[in-house]
Amino acid sequence: MIVDFAIVAAKAFLVVFMVLNLAGVLGWIERKGSALIQDRIGANRAAIFGFAGMGLVNTLIADPIKFLTKEDFIPARGDKLLHTLAPCLALFPALVTFAVIPFGDVLVVGGREINLQVANLNIGILYIFGMASLSVYGIVIGAWASNNKFSLLGGVRGAAQMISYEIAMGLSVIGVLMVYGTLELQEMVRAQGKLFWGWLPAWGIFQQPVAFLLFFTAAIAETKRIPFDAPEGESEIVAGYHTEYSGGKFLMFFAGEFAEIVTAAGLVTTLFLGGWQAPYLLRDGFHSPWGGALLLSPLAVTLLEVFAFALKVVGVCWLQILVRWTLPRFRYDQVMRLGWKMLLPVALINVVVTAVWIVLGQRGVSHP
Amino acid sequence: MILFFILASLSVAFSLLVVLRRNVVHCAMALAATLFLVAVLFVTLDAPMLGVLQVLVYAGAIMILILFVIMLLNPAALETRPAAWRILGALGAAALCVELAVLFFYRPASLSAPTAPAGFGGVEAVAESLFTGFVLPFEVASVLLLVAIIGAVALGKRGG
Repeated sequence: MIVDFAIVAAKAFLVVFMVLNLAGVLGWIERKGSALIQDRIGANRAAIFGFAGMGLVNTLIADPIKFLTKEDFIPARGDKLLHTLAPCLALFPALVTFAVIPFGDVLVVGGREINLQVANLNIGILYIFGMASLSVYGIVIGAWASNNKFSLLGGVRGAAQMISYEIAMGLSVIGVLMVYGTLELQEMVRAQGKLFWGWLPAWGIFQQPVAFLLFFTAAIAETKRIPFDAPEGESEIVAGYHTEYSGGKFLMFFAGEFAEIVTAAGLVTTLFLGGWQAPYLLRDGFHSPWGGALLLSPLAVTLLEVFAFALKVVGVCWLQILVRWTLPRFRYDQVMRLGWKMLLPVALINVVVTAVWIVLGQRGVSHP
Repeated sequence: MILFFILASLSVAFSLLVVLRRNVVHCAMALAATLFLVAVLFVTLDAPMLGVLQVLVYAGAIMILILFVIMLLNPAALETRPAAWRILGALGAAALCVELAVLFFYRPASLSAPTAPAGFGGVEAVAESLFTGFVLPFEVASVLLLVAIIGAVALGKRGG
């Protein structure tokens, strides 16, 4: 009983710890990566005894200290309570969503089977959408409590954008659900362990490529980053919904955004990139489809799976940062048109095509 | 059981805040918190699907739209209610209280509810009833929503 409780607590701590740390490291990757893309040197000013560590000192030590020691400014005619509550509401959904994302298969330690997933809900994907739908509160409340025109404009834009893309996101996943036939994320990952034609991993991206593109686009829109950063477009509305935020509260918005990137990457990995599945890695080691096998101990296999999951998550995070520094910001009406007039119809068509495909496949199986 | 009482008292407290606060946005946030707590209650009663749908539909969509409207209108310009409304409201509340008290003290003899079958309220059960027994009401509801959307678009085009 106590051991079970400790295991769950340890898993929850591990996941929150990893997500928050990866969010911090992403801040560094973002700044150094943007410098790389734009042929600049990048963050290199802060140094301890002349040691700048590729900007690590700047982004991981100097920035947080600066954020946490700045004045916490609350607009005089704003709403004090809600102004303080909003950053918490922004950070909360990004952190709790990761609870249902499996980061490995079952780990067997001392005869005890540990499911490498914090909460194994049989409605995992619905839980994710439920929590994601709450992330609008942070920006709407923050924008309203600031009592600032630009904040309010950003909040209205953000609410409209996030609701619109939630719909496209939800519909794009329907096709994936139909293919896997389950709402449970661990089962989805297991279903992606098969091979097509004996060599191609049955990952979601190969079964539902259209859904992958739709979901990835909607996920970037949900994180409110360029090219979808209309809610905070600094050339139009100063900084949008977090104009009136400084210090620690701004850091919370900022960390929430990066935690959302990590969570989105975890979701894309789980739904479309095979989750913790590594190609040709079975429970007892690697089995190449062209013959030959490399047998490994169960512990090594589990560690490899967790490593594969982490590698994919970091890869998708990097892809999102690459998109962010490659594309210019969409105009607000373009964002809306893309969501409602392109992603939504394509997602609906994808659902219909997938349904027809599955029914035809079943017919083909039952009447050969 | 302790969890139930904590959740229940919290949701009652937040729903009181919905009525008692004068600031509309505070009311909306309290209502969102109430809906979320009710969802947690559903989860503790072994109905996770219902709980998540409660969050997704009420807290995540309807309340956001209400907040959206509050933000676009000016909540400071609250009109004062005429006295007649207050009396009507008070009467309605009193009637509800009497009804609740009657139900509470003169409860029928057999209160034991039949136990739910296994898988009740799960994804499969909901989908099954939605697409077999209740398929006609389901389709009628979807047509109604479609009519509402077309009406909204038509009104929006005329206004713009």
